[in-house]
Amino acid sequence: MDAKRKREPTTMKNRTTVQRKSERELVVTRTFNGPARIVFEAWSKPELFTRWWVPKSFGLSLLSCEMDVRVGGTYRLVFSHPASPEPMAFFGRYNEVTPHSRLVWTNDEGGEDGAVTTVTFEQRGAETLVVMHDLHPSKEALDAAIASGSTSGFSETFEQLDELLVTTGASVGGS
Amino acid sequence: MVQYSRTQFDTSFAALSDVTRRGVLEQLARADASITDLAGKFHMTLTGMKKHVGVLEQAGLVITEKVGRVRTCKLGAGRLEEEAAWIERYRRLWEARFDELDNIVEELKRKEKVDGRKKKT
Repeated sequence: MDAKRKREPTTMKNRTTVQRKSERELVVTRTFNGPARIVFEAWSKPELFTRWWVPKSFGLSLLSCEMDVRVGGTYRLVFSHPASPEPMAFFGRYNEVTPHSRLVWTNDEGGEDGAVTTVTFEQRGAETLVVMHDLHPSKEALDAAIASGSTSGFSETFEQLDELLVTTGASVGGS
Repeated sequence: MVQYSRTQFDTSFAALSDVTRRGVLEQLARADASITDLAGKFHMTLTGMKKHVGVLEQAGLVITEKVGRVRTCKLGAGRLEEEAAWIERYRRLWEARFDELDNIVEELKRKEKVDGRKKKT
């Protein structure tokens, strides 16, 4: 254990993967260097969640955030972005909240075509594997989400992020 | 930008709405072919087939290449490449988020350690 005392927060980066697992499913995975208890806390406490969900590099600012993380509770996040004249709201409901292992919420801003998001936290030794699974109601819904730029309408943001990654050289073996 | 992609998407659907054009795609999935070949296979005039190929080409579903006097058609990777590019952009978005989350996890771990020590003494 003592051999790992040297702190290397940026060089020891874990890989983020995104995969279209089926016609209706999109899966994001990432391992974190901490226990599931801590990682889950960062997803379920608004004051922590808002610190990473809108990364500094984004150009987006969070106008408001309400999260009632319990079964049947709702959430509502409102962002503003220089490229968007209107603020953007994202909202839905928590269907499942199992401390330290599982979160399920709906994405209702898109009406009936919204995906259901399931996040699982699986502790493996000192690490936690996070799997985020978006299930869309149909193949067409996921196709449309991809065609329109992103599941959350963030195409400008992605471009901005791309630029940033290029200028900072942060895309480690990126594209 | 969003508008543009949406239009692109509609173009793909329109291109696929015709039975002959779907047949052409199936044919090209098996082997590349010239417009003359395709016209022959689908019992069409050269002009008619050119029109269909033009629609497919505009949707990025087919690409054509003129070598000498023959225009060869093959399947375009358009849709798939677009999806792959989107997935890579989406991945980077999540990577940026998760890098921030790493910092929070580290911070919470340190805090827990300090709190743990305090409790013991």
